[in-house]
Formats: sequence, structure tokens, C-alpha cells
Amino acid sequence: MPTVHIPSLMQKLTDGRSTVQVEGATVRQVINNLDEAHPGMKERLVAGHKIKPNISVAVDGVVSAMGMLEKVGEDSEVFFLPAIGGGAA
Amino acid sequence: MTTTEYDPNVVLSTKEYDVIGTRPLRPDGADKVTGRAQYGADFTATGLLHGKVLRSPHAHARIRSIDTSKAEAAPGVLAVVTNADLPKGGEDVVGGEGVAVGDLRRNVLAADKALYKGHAVAAVAAASPHDAEEALSLIEVDYEVLSPVLTVQEAMADGAPILHEDMRTMAGGEAGDEPSNVAEHFRHDLGDVEKGFAESDIVIEREFDTATVHQGYIEPQVATALWNTDGRVHVWCSTQGSFWVRDEVSNVLGIPESLIKVTPMEIGGGFGGKIPSYVEPVCAMLSQKTGQPVKIVMTRQEVFEGTGPTPGSNVRVKVGADAQGNIKAAHAYLAYEAGAFKGSPVAAGSQCVFAAYAAPNQAIDGYDVVVNKPKTQAYRAPGATNAAFAMETVVSEIAEKLGIDPVDIRLKNAAREGTRRADGPTFPRIGCEEVLQAMRDHPHYSAPLEGPNRGRGISIGYWFNVGFKSTCTISVNHDGAVSLIEGSTDIGGSRASVAMQAAEVLGIRAEDVRPTVADTDSVGYTDVTGGSRVAYATGWAAHDAAQDVKRQMIERASQIWDIDAASIEMEKGVIRSTTDSELRMTFKELAAELASTGGTIIGSGSIDGGGMGAGGGSFAGNIVDVEVDPDTGKVTVLRFTCVQDAGKAIHPSYVEGQMQGGSVQGIGWGLNEEYFMRGNGEMANSSLLDYRMPTSLDLPMIDTVIVEVPSPSHPFGVRGVGEANIVPPPAAIAHAIHNATGVWMEKLPMNPGAVMEAVWSK
Repeated sequence: MPTVHIPSLMQKLTDGRSTVQVEGATVRQVINNLDEAHPGMKERLVAGHKIKPNISVAVDGVVSAMGMLEKVGEDSEVFFLPAIGGGAA
Repeated sequence: MTTTEYDPNVVLSTKEYDVIGTRPLRPDGADKVTGRAQYGADFTATGLLHGKVLRSPHAHARIRSIDTSKAEAAPGVLAVVTNADLPKGGEDVVGGEGVAVGDLRRNVLAADKALYKGHAVAAVAAASPHDAEEALSLIEVDYEVLSPVLTVQEAMADGAPILHEDMRTMAGGEAGDEPSNVAEHFRHDLGDVEKGFAESDIVIEREFDTATVHQGYIEPQVATALWNTDGRVHVWCSTQGSFWVRDEVSNVLGIPESLIKVTPMEIGGGFGGKIPSYVEPVCAMLSQKTGQPVKIVMTRQEVFEGTGPTPGSNVRVKVGADAQGNIKAAHAYLAYEAGAFKGSPVAAGSQCVFAAYAAPNQAIDGYDVVVNKPKTQAYRAPGATNAAFAMETVVSEIAEKLGIDPVDIRLKNAAREGTRRADGPTFPRIGCEEVLQAMRDHPHYSAPLEGPNRGRGISIGYWFNVGFKSTCTISVNHDGAVSLIEGSTDIGGSRASVAMQAAEVLGIRAEDVRPTVADTDSVGYTDVTGGSRVAYATGWAAHDAAQDVKRQMIERASQIWDIDAASIEMEKGVIRSTTDSELRMTFKELAAELASTGGTIIGSGSIDGGGMGAGGGSFAGNIVDVEVDPDTGKVTVLRFTCVQDAGKAIHPSYVEGQMQGGSVQGIGWGLNEEYFMRGNGEMANSSLLDYRMPTSLDLPMIDTVIVEVPSPSHPFGVRGVGEANIVPPPAAIAHAIHNATGVWMEKLPMNPGAVMEAVWSK
């Protein structure tokens, strides 16, 4: 089951847990299941049908360009981190 | 002292190439050295009008009213625009470039508030620049002047004047209750940082301030736009990203992107500062009103006051280590100026601050803070230099206190493949250790440094390699040369490095690939030239396009020879049958046959190279010798060596050029450059005479050592090299100043006054 690393400032939604294991074959499924187990997570992470513009998702150590569509493996680690602002690219 | 002997580059790449690694002449060289290259200011068109922008004289003021009637009636004036002429709606939509449409519009033309001195308030189009300038003085703006906040400390203080009444601090995806100048607070954790500090034998904590600095590109922003009678808008401009300009103009003006064509002119420097749009939408608005093309050329003062510098910052770093120098814990607090609108590079700074170290326990707090300065923008490794100045200084101090060699302590703690950063991503194969080893082995590091008031310093820094999207097409000409069309504006020799990757695949000379940077109607979507991504991602697209050509050339040979394509191979520019040695043609010979055997071959490549950190990124390190004048505090750089991992250097001369350019900019940031602000928010040094960038007369030759640890994700192992080189210089210089004077510098720039103050307070 994929492991989701919960940002420190969102851990009050997971009772202080820094990692949570939830089912999901894509980031979208992982977030939906995460929200079911810990209501409010989806609202923090998603706007409409996309990851919020100020948030990036990294799966297995690699920042994804696919967002909600990114595939997640059985043993994957999922991180949510602030997106690069300031026109870094 | 000028050094002329170069240490051999450190090449760990084992693949042999014919074109890659050579140094052909740049395709755009002749036009540029003869002055024939067409820059934005060179562009002209029939009926061209000239635009000028009225800018706020106040750093923070409510705009009660704007009366443009007198200006509209002035001789030669054809149109005046303000924010009121912009469409409404969709303000909260965030474009692909990551900025909310409302902020884009309010930055292009101020709405209810002027948020920095130089903020555009209105614009005029007239028959001559003089008429336009005269008309600006006739626009009457009623301001209610407000107190400005100019640093993150001022902006975060209790009771500080608030820039945006509707801004609440976002933390963990949740908005705060009160208006605030802190747009966002985030935190990264790895391990248990308090436990790590408790286990440490030495803990050093220091606080650092860095000044706002500008990219200092020589060519000011310039754009011309024509809003045609058919509703289509054509923009000619100096930009790092024609597609991003297209999308921003679309968002600001509320028209579909398909109605906008952006032609990127040659660009006279950008370094991140020419990613956003400023005058492009304004030219389009003025053109819509007049029906004529309108051109705006910024002055140098407008560039300083009206475009985005990179942020000043307040950074605190605390590091704990055991007696052997193993880092046990590290905590960073980073507060960065976003300028007038949210979106500083603090997120990137937070991801780079400890990137060179495999510290087991880390915590990083980042704050994005609005202040009354221009909206900050990217500048070579945005956010990383501020962070490295702090972290590297503390690491050097720990090394000194423990009696450990400063390179050795970094090697002992170096990040490597598998090291996880506090923000989550795990490094693939990287060259941090190899860069440090090359520094340690370089003759400069062991060379005697004689004379009083002299010191040597070192530092290392990291920047990502951004992937993003790029497209290339290649068409085969009948003479055997190929035309390559790309969408990446060339700010650092990228035409050559992209063309060379295609040439390598096709087995032809680099000179036989003719690269062209096309407009947005003529090439597929391509992200900005930035994030050290062009040689990596557009080069990758060129590789794929060349592979497509290669496949089609083999198919064509298969038709001509009437044999199975599977029995044909193409290597080093020769197509041959693997079963019949008589069947053999050069690329050139087959190209000549194309017209009579089915027509021209065109190959295409379109890639999404991934997000931040694709390919692992690049590390750069510096060794620097300085001499400090004990009477004036002036720091003279005596010798400077830059070592950087390029993955695979496609064109070594341009890699060296990037390393030297980034180093010089880092030295300027470290020693001289700053937005010198008056208390009312006015920049006191908004000219290149007073904003002191280093020149060739100030510096020795910058020695370079290219390390090649191939990126695991790129077909040729390329890592972007445009940015990591600006990260280590300020910290390396601070280390050298310490070794010359005994003081640790905690403030940038380390100009003579700052050095003397530090010495006197010792």
C-alpha cells in the first residue's frame, strides 16, 4: 500500500501522524482515499480536479509533472510539497 | 593574479561521441558580432506608435482616481490605457506560469493601489516617444500615500502596514484569520531535529540578511504589439519564453491564446528576469485602441524599478555536528521578499538550503512575504544563493571550530544517490562528491596564499534541473543539411547545444544542422528558457526528432533498396544494409534522393522532461582567494575557481561560459550589488553607474573545471548548467574574508562599509 508523507502543517488532520498508508494506483485515488480516512485533506490539496497551484506532488522521490494523473505503485512514497514560486523555471 | 593553467576536466562519462563534447562555432555568432542580429529594439513596422508608461512615485499608495483627459487631448497622442481598460473576471485563475490572473493584471497596470515605486499606473501611445513622454506628465493621479514596508522583518512585524487587505497566511493549505503580509508558511521535516541537536557536540546558529538584487541584463525589456483588424494579436518581444508571454497576454487581456502569436526577438540577457510579461499586454491594449502597432522600450531606471529583481531575505540557520564533523541536525528559517505580490522563490530556497548534505535530522520553515518592492522574479537558481550563503557559512564555521578541513567536512556529509531531502524527493545519481573531490584535488586548493590580509574560502551549492515541455522539428534538406525548428529562446548558446544533439544522432556535422528559434505559431509548445532546462529538455526533444528522422531515412532506404528496414542500420551518417555490403549511402546521398522517392522527411520530437529536479540537478563549488584592505574594507578577488557537474558537456565552451557568467554574478551579489532603498521606498541607485555590477576590470580570470557525472535520465547524460554556479560565490567569499580578517560576514552585500563594520564590532 502506498505511503503518504503528511506535511507537518497538515498533520493535525491525521492526528499528528507524519505518514499514512492508503490504497490508490494514481495520485487522484490516493488523495480520495486519504480524504476518506482523514476528512479535510482533499480540500487542502486539491482545487477543482487538479492539485492546487501552490503544491507539487512527488512520487518515489521525483516531482511529478502529471499531478493527479501520476501513477502510484504498491510500495510508492507520496510527498506533497510547496510548488516553486517566483518563476523559478 | 590571473591564472592561465587549467586543471583537466573530470570526465566520468564513458560514452564516446563524435559531435558532443566538441566546440563548433555558434550558429548565431556572425549575426551577433556584426550587429546584424535583430533585437526587440530593432523591430519596426509601418505606422509604428511609441508607448510610454506612467509609474507610481510612491512605494505604497491608494489610487483614488486617475484623470487621463488632458493626456488624451495632447498633440500626437492616440490612446491612453489604465487598469480600468482591462477585462474583469477570472482573477483567481492561476495560469500555467503559476501566477494568479488578478495579480498579473494588477502588476501590469496598478488598480486600486500602487504597491511599489515604479509600479505602472497608465500608458500612452503617441506618434513619437517625446509626445508620449509629454503626455505622461498630463495624467493626473490622486494618491493617498501610505507607509511602505521594505524588508521581511518590517512586513512581518506586529502592526505593519498591510499591502493586501484580503491576504491571509496560508499554512498547510489552511488560511489564517487576520490580514497579513505573509502569503504562505510551509515546513519540511526529516527525522527528529531536536534529538539531533541534543546528540551534537557543537551547535552553531547564525542569522543572515541578503539584499534585493537585480539580474542586470544589458538589454532592457522591449515589446511591440499589433492588434490586427482580424482580431489577432502579434507580439514581438525580448523574452525567455514566447509561449509563456502568449499565455500571460491571453490571461491579462482575456482573449484565447490561439489569437496571439509571439515572435521572440534575439535576447540581450535575461537570467530569469525576462520570464514574466510587463509591457507586452500594455502594447497590445494600446494597439487595440489605435489600430496601429505600438512599441515600448523600457529605460534602465524602469528596468530597476518596474521589473522583478530577486528577493532580499532573512535567513537563520542552526547546525549541529558531532566532534568528528558528522552533521546530526540542521534547522533553517527562510523569509523571502515576494515583492508586491505573493510568489517569492522561498520554496526553491528551502529545497536547496541543505541539498548538499545528507543530514539525518532536518527542519525547514519557509515564509513568503510581500513587501513594497517590485514583484520578485527568478534570477539564476532563484532562492538558492540566499540559502547557501547562510548554510555554507555555518558549515565552514563548524569545520574551523572542529579543526576539520572545510572540503573534508563537506565530503563527510555529502549528499549522494539515495539521499532524501527534507522536502521529500530522493536524489538519483548526482555529482556532489565528485565536485568536492575535484575542488580538493585542484592545484588552487593547495597553492600557497602569501601576503597579509589574504584569505581563501570554499563553498558548494545546488540547483535543480527543470524538465518541462519542449518541442523540435527537423526537416532534411536535399543537400544533406537539416533545418531544426525549436521554441527555446537562446540566451546562452543553446542553439548550438540543441543542434549538436541532433547532429550526434544523425551522424552529421554540427554545422549541417541549421537551428531556428521560431514563433509560437511555428513550433509546438515549449516552456521557458530557464531552470537550466534547454540543453536538457529541448536537447532531448532534438534527440527524439533526430531519431524520428533516422527511422524515416532507414525506411526510405528500405524502399529504394527494396529490402527489409530491419536489415538496415544508420550510424555515423552512413545508412547501410547489414546483409549486403554493396548497399550503402551517406546521409547526404540519401538526402539528395528524397525528392524523387516520396518527398521530404520531417521528424518531430515533443517531450515532457518532468518537473523540478529532473535528472538530479547540478552541484557547483568554488575556491576563492581574496585580499581585504584593512583601511577601507574593500575586498579584491585574487583568484577564483569554479567546479561544476555538467553531466555531459555538449559544448564545453558554453558550459564554461555559463560557469564564468554565473560566478561573476554571484561575486557581484556577494560584494557589491543591492537595491539601496530610501526610507520612503525609493531605490536610490537605479542606474548602472550606481548599481555596481563587477566588470572584467574588477576580476581575475574565472577558472573552470567541468565534472561529468552523467544524468541518469537524459539520453546523453546532460545536466543543466545555467544556474548552480551562482549559488556558492557569496558564501565562498565570506569564508575567504573570514580567513583574511577573522570575522564572519552575516550580511550581503559584503561591501567595504559592511566589512569595516564587521571588523570594528569584532
